[in-house]
Amino acid sequence: MTSVLFDVPGPRARRRVRVATVVAIAAGLVLLALAVRQFAVNGELAAQRWAPYGSWPMWRYLLGGLGGTALAAVLAVALAMAAGLLVAFGRVSRHLVLRAPARAYVEVIRVIPLLLLIYFAMFALPRYGLDLPLLWKLVLPIAVSRSAQFAEIFRSGFRSLEAGQGEAAAALGMRPSQSMRHVIFPQAVRRVVPALISQTAGVVKDTSLGIVVSYAELLQSAKVLAGYNRLLIQTYLIIALLYFAINYALSRLARTIDARQRQSGRYEPVSSPSPARRGLGRIRSATATSGDAPRRGRVKA
Amino acid sequence: MSGWTDHLGEFAEGVLNTVLLTVFSTLGAVLVALVITAFRICPVRPLRAFGTGYVELFQNIPLAVWLVLFVFGLPMVGISFELFPTAVLATALYMASYYAETLRSGINAVSSGQAEAARALGLGFGQSLRAVILPQALRTIIQPLGNVTIQLLMNTALAAAVGVVELTEATNRVNLVLAEPLPLYVGAGVCYAVLAMVISSGAGVLERKLVIPR
Repeated sequence: MTSVLFDVPGPRARRRVRVATVVAIAAGLVLLALAVRQFAVNGELAAQRWAPYGSWPMWRYLLGGLGGTALAAVLAVALAMAAGLLVAFGRVSRHLVLRAPARAYVEVIRVIPLLLLIYFAMFALPRYGLDLPLLWKLVLPIAVSRSAQFAEIFRSGFRSLEAGQGEAAAALGMRPSQSMRHVIFPQAVRRVVPALISQTAGVVKDTSLGIVVSYAELLQSAKVLAGYNRLLIQTYLIIALLYFAINYALSRLARTIDARQRQSGRYEPVSSPSPARRGLGRIRSATATSGDAPRRGRVKA
Repeated sequence: MSGWTDHLGEFAEGVLNTVLLTVFSTLGAVLVALVITAFRICPVRPLRAFGTGYVELFQNIPLAVWLVLFVFGLPMVGISFELFPTAVLATALYMASYYAETLRSGINAVSSGQAEAARALGLGFGQSLRAVILPQALRTIIQPLGNVTIQLLMNTALAAAVGVVELTEATNRVNLVLAEPLPLYVGAGVCYAVLAMVISSGAGVLERKLVIPR
């Protein structure tokens, strides 16, 4: 799409683009220089303020935090995915008794901030006799809050299958539950893998709220470490880099799988991580991440 | 349950701060996102790279880290604002990456024939964007933009982690005094739900007004 927005540039347009390129690079360099100057003036560039991060003990501590992040993220993803799958089954059920509560659950959970759930686990649950360990005060709220998103992903996967799949299963004499188990579910899950992975990156980001419950994940470890060695900016920049590396890797993985599924041409992956509000088609058409041209016809139907 | 009325003021202030955070962050985020999206589809390569880099950078680092960096880090390099504007700045810059991604997907969803037709009529890059592409793109993404705004509303709660007394933090403080967690937190949840409903029904109204039946 972006390439059809402008013509193959002629000589004048090429000159303009060249000028704009030079100006843009210059502006970027000026901004960068200003930032570096700001760091230098305040002494944050001094070698001894960065040297500690060439040493192992600092890294050992941060990697410990990274381990905490990984543990929390894995547990939260597993729980949220399981719960999300159950809710998604409820949402596509034939029975209103299952459909209505599942829908209500998704609608309610998606308008409650994660931090409020965490505070609830920290301050409300103990009062009613449920004092969870630190790790679970972080993991459970994340799992609850993300389960709605996972449910929407699974549901959009179920919905993305052609109606013929369910009809064929029914024609073979399968009951709805059998058709779900043998026909719909295995195909749908494959389609939503990219969306599941990008949602996992979201969970990794959520675990940074460990700083609120003082569970020793990456951000909390950085806070403790910065309080000890007084290298505030350095520490936080380094963990920002760590978060970036993890989440960038995850999102690249999601995009690679997405592209591969598209390329194989047998089906279109469901790459939208945002919960559908009204009908799947609109959301899918509007929040797909890349390469929308070939799928448009079907989405509009 | 007796002391409830004494704390209504604190609660109201929390709601007000949440609303202010949401409004200012949304405005800032949309502005930044428009610029970033323009960068991402323009013919100048370094600007495109900057736009992509911006989205990747802000989407892949948690908002909590950005908030901590902005609130506690910036003063260390001699840049400091008040707490509230700093929280707005961090939230806006973070959410701008999501708005930008949504805007871009909207532009991608406009069929390429539209752009080709605009070019065939002799419209330039800016003209075709303004008169043909953007009006169509914006209409298709009103609902997703509403979803991102609801996400932004949820994210304003994180400002509590750096000390802004918005709805979540206000609830927390009132709870420390009253020790009535269940009604208080449920009440806060209801407040968020109402605010989210305002946003999504606003998006619904806009969509019904602007949608082009095809």
